[in-house]
Amino acid sequence: MSKLYTGAEIVFKCLEDQDVEFIFGYPGGAVLPIYDELKNHSSIKHILVRHEQGAGHAAEGYARSSGKPGVVLVTSGPGATNVVTALTDAYMDSVPLVCISGQVPTHLIGTDAFQECDTTGITRPCTKHNWLVKDIKDLSKIIHEAFKVATTGRPGPVLVDIPKDIQFAKTGYLKPKPTKKLNGKSLNYFSQKDVDELIDLMNKSKKPIIYSGGGVINSGPEASEVLRELVQLTGFPITSTLQGLGAYPGDDNQFLGMLGMHGTYEANNAMHDCDLLINIGARFDDRITGKIDEFSPKSKKVHIDIDPSSINKIIKVDLALVGDVKDVLKGINKTFKKKNSDFKKSNKQKISKWWEQIQKWRTKNSLHFNNSDETIKPQHAVQRLYELTKDKDTFITTEVGQHQMWAAQHYKFNKPNRWMTSGGLGTMGYGLPAAVGVQIAHPKKLVIDIAGEASVLMTMQEMSTAVQYNLPIKIFILNNQYMGMVRQWQELLHEKNYSESYSEALPDFIKLAEAYGCKGIKADNPNELDEKIKEMVQFDGPVIFDCRVDPNENCFPMIPSGKPHNQMILGPTDKEENKITGKGKALV
Amino acid sequence: MANPKSAYSVSTKKEKSDTHIIVVWVDNEAGVLARVVGLFSGRGYNIESLAVAEVDAKKNISRITIVTTGTPQVIDQIKLQLKKLVPVHKVADFKRDDRGVIFKEMALFKVVGNTSKIKKAINACKKYNAVILDKTKKSNVIQITALRREIDKMAKNLKKFGLVSISRTGAVAMTRGDKVFN
Repeated sequence: MSKLYTGAEIVFKCLEDQDVEFIFGYPGGAVLPIYDELKNHSSIKHILVRHEQGAGHAAEGYARSSGKPGVVLVTSGPGATNVVTALTDAYMDSVPLVCISGQVPTHLIGTDAFQECDTTGITRPCTKHNWLVKDIKDLSKIIHEAFKVATTGRPGPVLVDIPKDIQFAKTGYLKPKPTKKLNGKSLNYFSQKDVDELIDLMNKSKKPIIYSGGGVINSGPEASEVLRELVQLTGFPITSTLQGLGAYPGDDNQFLGMLGMHGTYEANNAMHDCDLLINIGARFDDRITGKIDEFSPKSKKVHIDIDPSSINKIIKVDLALVGDVKDVLKGINKTFKKKNSDFKKSNKQKISKWWEQIQKWRTKNSLHFNNSDETIKPQHAVQRLYELTKDKDTFITTEVGQHQMWAAQHYKFNKPNRWMTSGGLGTMGYGLPAAVGVQIAHPKKLVIDIAGEASVLMTMQEMSTAVQYNLPIKIFILNNQYMGMVRQWQELLHEKNYSESYSEALPDFIKLAEAYGCKGIKADNPNELDEKIKEMVQFDGPVIFDCRVDPNENCFPMIPSGKPHNQMILGPTDKEENKITGKGKALV
Repeated sequence: MANPKSAYSVSTKKEKSDTHIIVVWVDNEAGVLARVVGLFSGRGYNIESLAVAEVDAKKNISRITIVTTGTPQVIDQIKLQLKKLVPVHKVADFKRDDRGVIFKEMALFKVVGNTSKIKKAINACKKYNAVILDKTKKSNVIQITALRREIDKMAKNLKKFGLVSISRTGAVAMTRGDKVFN
């Protein structure tokens, strides 16, 4: 008979076999047997957070920046409910997480026991799958399957709920089976015929555009390389979603910048006027499409995605290639090189007018803002931060709001996995704990959370985690004393009724930093900004940077309510401000 | 209604909704029905009727039959989303007016009244494979199997013959001929 292990031991044996190095967690009654076992497993380090939501976001930051699944360990009841926001966030942004939660003993389930909740019921809609382990014999199999489900196909969060008596019970351990199919859910469904059809469309197109998304990042660094190769081979312009930033170099000439609600003028107009739209690993999110009925009306649409349910969900497409972005793009590049050896040259003429048009749109300089000598403009702060950190391999996380959009617009990413932001769910408070997770995965790298003062206060307690593990994360707060994006919408859409969007009693962030045992820096003058940023970057330890910015600045350009791509509001200096621009006038 | 103060766009295109019967083969495990039903409610899909039972005790497979209405795009999404659930093995989809498929529902009618009324009730049920399951001097329980609209009609008609209680199942479906859905 094989050796018997307790449930708690099996949890760690599984984590070891899954090559887990870090767990983000918080102990409590129903997980104590697992915490008791922790000391016997030196290869696994536990990071103690201050709130379970922080554990979830830290694991997300870890996963997004490393490509490995993040592991979370929480107790029953409030432990599990606190992690729900992070699970939902990971579900929306396709981040692989494995959450292990304690549960009250099996015989107490359903009795409203102390710290009991229906964890699998609550997390069912925000996980790819979840399991309540009722029999110790199933435990190792379930945990291995949990890792498989989280990391295969379109990645996402899973949860394994383990009652306390199961953690004490004993049984044999089963190693992971290497080739177990998940009910035959294979990943690549595209055929050579589809590839040929796409290349045919590419050959015919006069106004092509590539629109890439987070799927490229999720597919691994190799996917970014083949994407770059494809863009290079074709000479096509490329734009990216918020989540896809970094897959293609942000400072390259073929890159039009981000698209969507706060995307650039050239990217959105190119999306609207193109005759071929190639979506690579993105999902036609409503912040991207604007008004659906007038979304890219003249184009043939191609969609490459690993998730079959993403195809035709929002936008009907003419050609779908279901598969892992990396594999699909490799197939395309291979055929492309064989069929069109000197395509870029021969096609240059055909799409040259298109590029001319794009250059015209570029001259609008839609990211322009009126800089000031007296107050720090938030865009200027992000630009300076970029200039002063671009020579380092910097990792950026953000919270949610204006600062997030300014970061996406003005910080240029050249590598995948360097940009961690909450896009789908839009979770304020994501950035600080995510930075903790990123720094854990990359201890030597510079990790900056570009934050807003309202967002960061939602998970500020995780500074304590950063100090405990000596994680030198930099919290760069664009402090405008408003929930800026809320204020902007109230200004533009609700007759400047700034209902509850001003924070009256903000803490003194310098003192707050000192209270946590880290460094506080404050800047309220553009002249001192560079010096202060350098001071932050050079400091070996966590920093809270209170960057006092113009409280009235708005985030432009912007696609206003229910409008299509070619009707953007540009910044304050544009003469055509608030006017409907472009040919789209005729469409309304 | 399009709200001018919202960034969510409202589609102005209207597509026709059709009734479909979706058949789902799932692992018969705890919570599987909640996953399927939760997917429908969470994504705003409609369930007209639902029937579920284990069909393969050895492999532990249950068969769920769901009648739903939706535009072609919604029906496609339902199928694709269902296929993503881990315990789901396969999904079949039939239009309600598909002649290659048999749809049946079962209903139990309790009729209380004098002998002549009960007799009339039984007579009315005859063309729907009526079976008398329980009989007393004053009452009868009649079982019929028929289409949804036929049962709807019977439920209306039997009122005058002393119908006091109805219990009915969701639809189950099977293809005609020797074909098996794979």
